[in-house]
Amino acid sequence: MSVGARRLVVGAHYGLRDWLVQRATAVVLAVYAIALAVVVASSRPIDYDAWASIFAPLGMKIATLIAFVALAYHAWIGMRDIWMDYVRPTLLRLLLDLATILWLAACLLWAVQILWRV
Amino acid sequence: MPQRRLIRNISITDLVRYRLPAPGVLSILHRVSGALMFVLLPVVLWLFDLSLRSQVSYRQLQQVADGWLAKVVLVVLAWALLHHLLAGVRHLALDLDLGVDRVTSRRSAWIVFAVSVPLAAWAALIIFGVL
Repeated sequence: MSVGARRLVVGAHYGLRDWLVQRATAVVLAVYAIALAVVVASSRPIDYDAWASIFAPLGMKIATLIAFVALAYHAWIGMRDIWMDYVRPTLLRLLLDLATILWLAACLLWAVQILWRV
Repeated sequence: MPQRRLIRNISITDLVRYRLPAPGVLSILHRVSGALMFVLLPVVLWLFDLSLRSQVSYRQLQQVADGWLAKVVLVVLAWALLHHLLAGVRHLALDLDLGVDRVTSRRSAWIVFAVSVPLAAWAALIIFGVL
């Protein structure tokens, strides 16, 4: 489908969903970061026991994991935008896309392991 | 399809003398800070792992954080997080059509810097043990 004489529009929604997800995940991350900062600030002076007890409850593990999922999705969209803007060769860009996804998935699984060991 | 006119972007050597307005500087730093945090994500996860695994690893973390290179990385991370968060809040406001005009958007860009830079400096003083 083409709009006017110049612009060729390809694909459903034209990136709207990613645009929206980037903002939704940004809100999740902002709320989590500020909430965590408040929790840490209110349990000072912090030592290992105080720090570990923040992440011990299941609710906090789930909240933190949701924040990590939001982080991975948010970082994926951001890095995809960077690759799209600066990397012209298609094969290289697709390889970087794939590497980014695998890398973020690995980080996410690592985060699960870290959280559920506490 | 009609032949498109080739539009040349500025050359990379023009960047030095290209004077971006404050919102432009904020915007490229938003991207730079995001990319930095992406690159440093495994470092953050490693530190997070050390901090939670055990008393012993927690002390290892304190030793790691004593090195000057680790401190520099932590300061960079603190700045990147603060800038990305505040620039992101400004971006969400712009998405809602708030403060889109030139005067307001320039002012809000300066406000982001006026908050993020002192907060990052404060974080740096804490990380380097001055405060």
